[in-house]
Amino acid sequence: MGYVGVKGGKDAILNAEELVEYYRCRKGGTPLKVSQIEDQMRLLIDKIISEGSLYSPRVSAIALKQTEGDPMEASYLVRAFRSTVPRTCFSIPVKSEEMFLIRRISSSFQNIPWGQVIGPSRDYAQRLIRFELEDETEFSVDPPKKHDESELDEPVEKVVDYLRKQGLMQNPQKDPEQKPYDITRQPITFPLDRSARLQRLTRGEDGAVLAFGYASLRGWGSVHPTIAEVRVGYLPVKILHPYWKTPVTVGKVMVTEVESICSFSKTTDPTTGEESYMFTLGYGLVFGHNERKAIAMSILDRALCAEHPTSPIEDQEFVLYHIDNMESQGFISHLKLPHYVSFQSALDRIRSIAAKRNETATDASEEKEHV
Amino acid sequence: MYNFALLDENSKREIRRSVLKAIAIPGFQVPFASRELPIFYGWGTGGLQITLSLIGKDEILKVFDQGDDDSVNAVNLKRLIQLTTGVEVTSDTQSATLLQTRHRIPEQTLTSDQVLVLQVPMPEPLRKVESRETETARMHAEKDYGKMFVKLYEDVLHHGEITLSSDYPVLVFDRHLMATTPIPRWDVPKLDQAENLFLFGAGREKKIYAVPPYTDVEPLSLEDYAFRVEDFSNKQCVFCKSTESYLNEIPSPEGAGQIYACSDTDFCQKNRNQ
Repeated sequence: MGYVGVKGGKDAILNAEELVEYYRCRKGGTPLKVSQIEDQMRLLIDKIISEGSLYSPRVSAIALKQTEGDPMEASYLVRAFRSTVPRTCFSIPVKSEEMFLIRRISSSFQNIPWGQVIGPSRDYAQRLIRFELEDETEFSVDPPKKHDESELDEPVEKVVDYLRKQGLMQNPQKDPEQKPYDITRQPITFPLDRSARLQRLTRGEDGAVLAFGYASLRGWGSVHPTIAEVRVGYLPVKILHPYWKTPVTVGKVMVTEVESICSFSKTTDPTTGEESYMFTLGYGLVFGHNERKAIAMSILDRALCAEHPTSPIEDQEFVLYHIDNMESQGFISHLKLPHYVSFQSALDRIRSIAAKRNETATDASEEKEHV
Repeated sequence: MYNFALLDENSKREIRRSVLKAIAIPGFQVPFASRELPIFYGWGTGGLQITLSLIGKDEILKVFDQGDDDSVNAVNLKRLIQLTTGVEVTSDTQSATLLQTRHRIPEQTLTSDQVLVLQVPMPEPLRKVESRETETARMHAEKDYGKMFVKLYEDVLHHGEITLSSDYPVLVFDRHLMATTPIPRWDVPKLDQAENLFLFGAGREKKIYAVPPYTDVEPLSLEDYAFRVEDFSNKQCVFCKSTESYLNEIPSPEGAGQIYACSDTDFCQKNRNQ
């Protein structure tokens, strides 16, 4: 009866903690430098920043090191850290025309003002393993040619604005008085407004956002967009100066922004009542460099604008409740916790049902004998 | 590095406000902006956020999981709370002021100066019959629980018995249908007209609800199919010989049959000491 009412739970978890640490180090060698993870695992760090919802490459790199490279676990650590940090101020909205671009392409037009800038993209890479990396001892790449920075600093017009000027693209409907929702400080109740939906989507797990977006593209939904623009670059973070009340730039964040042109619909101008046909817009914006997630997000943004959902991907609750990896991994993992009590309750029910069935069966056969 | 009880003071105050609202409307699920904690969603973060928001330096804390104070998850939660608050921890149900539990209410009756915080995985009792929250919100608002009764009726029709085992739905204050976290049916009658306050926290699902002291809590049933608790007749705990506690069945180490042991380890230990 040694395992009845097992004691020593504390020793067990402390030992497990020690073993985890042992497994992290057991192969010996030199401990990874956090700066190496930060510098050379750029896209992995970007994933943690985006899902962890905290723009800190350094904290993300430490979390990755601590979790032996498990991105889900690492982004959980980052989010949990985020919960303990008080909010001191809000940034003010910035226009993404101000983005310092490293990449910008459009698949809607052959050429766009300022041109297509392919930038650091793996889109056309040959997916061949470069075995020479195994023996790489030092980096051998030349820095890119310097551009005239003043030229790059100028705001770059949006492709969708070109369509807007012609009255072919919906204008965003917004109430200037309305403050954006904050899903980290306000309870979630459905239907969620668009600012809250975009926040749930941008923190969503890469793979989940991708899978839901893909499902829509395949026909479980009606969004099959043309990409107006993919932009990757740096956006300034501005706050209002506490005394002077003027905007001050306090830093910059790398983001990926996608604007998708979706199917057109009949729109009524709220002021004039005039009817016209316009394209609809899907918007994706994620921390870091992650184009597939931003594109999938833009599809989901549009799909979730549906007033009368006809597929699961257009259903806010279905998508937004299942897209967050903190929630999904936590709940799936909880199945490993003891369920002795509830399972005992289920055993009681199944035995009781079986007993009743036996009773009825015996009664019936007895009746037969009497006949 | 971290604040007392981990969360920043504004967050704790915000959670306390949701708790107050929950007490004011017994059985109603109050949505709140649930935080990510250093333990996984689904592992007690709802209960933990309530505990962390209520806890003071003089609190005496008990945390137990499936009735067991030494269960790994209970130990882990206690470790975190102690690390960030330094409060006294006990396994003694009687002397604890704040108790956090997963899926059990202690066998020993709680008193008016004790608060029991329950960890909740699925706060929506109607989820079994309706997956959309917008729709369940409407059903609660209109006290439209017909679908749930149909479920009970169909159970009887197909299986000759109500199949709901743990997490048995109850009607609170004759108004709101409420999920019972899953505690076993054995514990459900303890919610009715209790002296103590019950707080329910669902972290992942972002809801808080409450049963205040001396509130009517009635398990859902059909006129001819009454609610009944788990049947442990002719069974007793191998350790304390109790016949009056919820028992866990354990496949016999000898290979044939089974033995039974109290799920509430504190209750069992006290019985043995007597």
